[in-house]
Amino acid sequence: MIAETGHYALILALGVAIVQMVLPIIGTRFNDPRLAAVSVPAAQLQFILIGIAFAALTVAYVTSDFSVLNVWQNSHSAKPMIYKISGVWGNHEGSMVLWVLILALFGAAVATFGSNLPRRLRANVLAVQGSIAVAFLLFIVMTSNPFLRVDPAPFDGNGLNPVLQDPALAIHPPFLYVGYVGFSMAFSFAVAALIDGRIDAAWARWVRPWTLAAWMFLTLGIALGSWWAYYELGWGGFWFWDPVENASFMPWLAGTALLHSALVMEKRDALKVWTILLAIITFSLSLMGAFLVRSGVLTSVHAFAVDPARGVFILGIMAVFIGGSFALFAWRAPLLSQGGLFAPISREGALVFNNLLLTVSCAAVFVGTLYPLALEAVTGEKISVGAPFFNLTFVPLVIPLLLAVPFGPLLAWKRGDLLAVAQRLTVAAVVSLFAIIVALAMYQSGPWLAPLGIGLGFWLIVGAATEIATRSKLFQASWQESWRRMQNLPRASYGTALAHAGVGVMVLGLVATTAWRSERIEALAPGGTVDIAGYTLTFKGVKEGQGPNYKELVGVFDVTRGGQPVTTLIPSKRSYAVENSATTEAGIYNAWGGDLYVVLGDPLKDGAHTVRVYFNPLVRLIWLGPLLMFIGGGVSLTDRRLRVGAPKRAKQKSEPVMAPGK
Amino acid sequence: MMLAAFRSLFFACLALFALGVPSVPAVHPDEVLDDPALEARARALSAELRCLVCQNQSIDDSDAPLAKDLRVLVRERLEAGDSDDEIIAFVVSRYGEFVLLKPRFTPQTWVLWLAAPLLLILAICGILYGYVRRATASTAPEALTESEKAHLTRLLEEDAAKDGDKP
Repeated sequence: MIAETGHYALILALGVAIVQMVLPIIGTRFNDPRLAAVSVPAAQLQFILIGIAFAALTVAYVTSDFSVLNVWQNSHSAKPMIYKISGVWGNHEGSMVLWVLILALFGAAVATFGSNLPRRLRANVLAVQGSIAVAFLLFIVMTSNPFLRVDPAPFDGNGLNPVLQDPALAIHPPFLYVGYVGFSMAFSFAVAALIDGRIDAAWARWVRPWTLAAWMFLTLGIALGSWWAYYELGWGGFWFWDPVENASFMPWLAGTALLHSALVMEKRDALKVWTILLAIITFSLSLMGAFLVRSGVLTSVHAFAVDPARGVFILGIMAVFIGGSFALFAWRAPLLSQGGLFAPISREGALVFNNLLLTVSCAAVFVGTLYPLALEAVTGEKISVGAPFFNLTFVPLVIPLLLAVPFGPLLAWKRGDLLAVAQRLTVAAVVSLFAIIVALAMYQSGPWLAPLGIGLGFWLIVGAATEIATRSKLFQASWQESWRRMQNLPRASYGTALAHAGVGVMVLGLVATTAWRSERIEALAPGGTVDIAGYTLTFKGVKEGQGPNYKELVGVFDVTRGGQPVTTLIPSKRSYAVENSATTEAGIYNAWGGDLYVVLGDPLKDGAHTVRVYFNPLVRLIWLGPLLMFIGGGVSLTDRRLRVGAPKRAKQKSEPVMAPGK
Repeated sequence: MMLAAFRSLFFACLALFALGVPSVPAVHPDEVLDDPALEARARALSAELRCLVCQNQSIDDSDAPLAKDLRVLVRERLEAGDSDDEIIAFVVSRYGEFVLLKPRFTPQTWVLWLAAPLLLILAICGILYGYVRRATASTAPEALTESEKAHLTRLLEEDAAKDGDKP
C-alpha cells in the first residue's frame, strides 16, 4: 500500500510537472499573469508529491519490504539501518528518484523564496525547471520504476554492494546530486533569459547564489568520493581519472568558470552571452554525467546496446535539452547586448583568463573521457586514456591558472595595475620561495617539480590572505583601523579568500602525497616489524571478528615512534556472506604530518601475511582544501548582497561605523 | 584532482633525471629488481600500462594476477636489456593499443592529443579578436532607456517597500 502511494504520487508529480512546464509559458507569452502564477503552487506541489514518493520508497527500505522489487534487489534485513536508508539511492532507480526530489526542491525554493524575482522571469524559470522534471519523471516511470512489486515476496533481499556500505559513500550521492541538479537552476535562468530575449546584471545576482550553492555541494561531494576511494579501495589512491570521476569533474570545472563569469556579469554587466552559454554548458555536462554513469556506456559501448532502453532515453533527454538550448542560444543570443568595456589587465581580464583556462581544461577532460568511446563506436578499435594522458594535457593548463589566482582579486575592475599588484604579492612570493627552499632541503630525493608545487601551494594560501590584508590596510594603517576595515569587508571577500586558500591547501596535499609517499610491501610473520617514516610497526597476528552483516579477519599492528607507543592499527578483510564479496578495510593513523596507512594482504605460509604499509605525507590536506572551498562558498552565500531574498544592501553601508576609542 | 598527474610526473621525473632514487620496494616483495635504476624504470613503465581486467587501473596499482604477470614481464624484459620503447612495443604487440594508458600519437589519436591545445589557441585568438574589434569600434555602453529606468526605480521601490514590511 505504501509503495502504491509512492507510485501514485510519482505519477501525479509527473502530471503537475507537465502543468508547470506548459501553463506559465503560455501565461508569459500572452501576458496572462494568472496563468504565469500557476508556476508557483505547481512547483511547490511537485516537490511535496515527489517528497511523498521518496518517503514511501524510504519506508519500504527501512521496513525491508521485499515485495518491492527494488528493495529486494538492493537491500537485506541484516544490513545496519544507515545502509538501509542509503540503499534508497545506492541503486539506479532510487538514485533517479533522489535526483528529481532535489530538482523539485530547487524549483520549490525558487517558487517560495523568489518573490523578489520579476514575475515573468520567475514563471519562465519555473517552466524550464518543470520541463526538466517532466523528462526525468517520464524516464523513471517508463524505464526505471522503483515501485514495481514481486509476487510472491522473497524471504530476504540480495543486499547492497559491500563497498558501498560506508558512511562517506552513504552521503556522497546526495551531495553530488545537489551539485549536479543545482546547476539546473543556472540553466533554467539562462534559458528563461533567452526566451525573454533580455538579461541584465540583476539576472546574474539571482543566478549566482544558486550556482554557488550547487558548486559548494559538488565540491564536497567530489571530495567525499575521493576520500572514500582513499580509505576504502585499499591502496591509498584518491583520484583515478576514471570516466565516472571525470563525469563529475567536468561540471565542476565548468561550474567554477560559471561562478567567476557571473561575477563579471553582476559587477560590470559584461560577458553576458558567454555566461549564458556557460550556464547551458555546465548543466549539459551534468546531464552528460548522468548519461555516462547511468547508460552503461562506460563499461563498454556494447553494454549500451545490450539494454538500450535507459541509455537511449537519457540520450534523448540530452538531445532535447542540450540541442534545444543551444539552438535557442544561437537564435536569441544575438539579441543580448554587450556591455562593460574593460582593459586586458583588469579584474575582468583576470576572470576571462580564469574562464579560458577552466573551460579549455574542461575540454581536455571531455576529450580524454569521450574519445575512446567515440573511437570504439566509429572504428571498433579500443584504446585506453588514463592518468598519463591527463597529466600531459590537463596539468599544464591548470598550473598557469593557479599561478594567476592571487592576482585576480587584487586587480581593479576596468583597468588594473599589474605592477602594483605584483608588489603587494611580494610577501606571498617570498614565503613561497622560502617554502621551495625548505622543501628542497628536506627532500633531496624526489622529483624536482615537487618543491615548486609546494611553493605554488603557499603562493595560493598567502596570496589569498594578501587580499584581506590589502583591503584592510594591514600594517599600513593603525591596528584599530585595520580591525575596523576587516569587520567591514564584505563576507564575499572572506569567502573568496577562504576558497582560494583552500585550493592552495589542496595543492600542498596533492604534491606532498604524490611526490614523497613512501611504501613498504613485505611478508610479515607475527612478531615481524616494518619501519616507515620514523614509525615502527609490529605485527601481533590476526584474529577473527563478527560485524552486523559480515565476518572479518583483523590484523593487529602496534605502532611505535622512537620507542614510544603511538597507537594500534587494525586493518581487516571483511567478507559479506549475503553479497558474496569482500572488502579491504585499511588501518589508518592520522597525524598532522601525514597518514600511516596499513593494509592486510593475503595470508602466506606459517601465519605470515603480505602487509602493505604506506606513509602519505600531508594527505589530509587534499580533502581539507575542498572543505575550505565549501566553507568559503558558504561564507560568501551569507553575504547580504547574495542572500536569497535580500533585495539590496540596505542601510548597513550608509551607517557610519563607530571607530573604537573615540 | 591532480594526484595522478603529479604521481606520474613523479615517476617520469625519476626515470628522466634519476634524481637520487628513493628505495621504494616493488608492489610485491618477490618482484623487486636488485638494480634500483632498473626498478625505477620498471615502475615508471608500470604506471603507463593498463591492467586489462580492471577498470582503469595501471598494473602498478592493481592487485589482479594479470597485472602481476605483466609487471613480471616488464621486469624480465628490462633485465634482458630492452629499452623502454622496446618494452612498450613488445607489450603492445602482445596485448594491443588498449594496454597503453597514454595512447600513442598516431593518426587515430591526433584529435585526442591536439583537441585541447588547438582549442586553447582558438580561444585565445577569439578573445583577442573580440577585444581588438570592440576597442576599435569604441562603443560606449548603452544607457538604460527611459522605460527601463522607470521600471528599475519601480522595482527598487517595490523591494524596499517589501523589505520594510518584514519584521
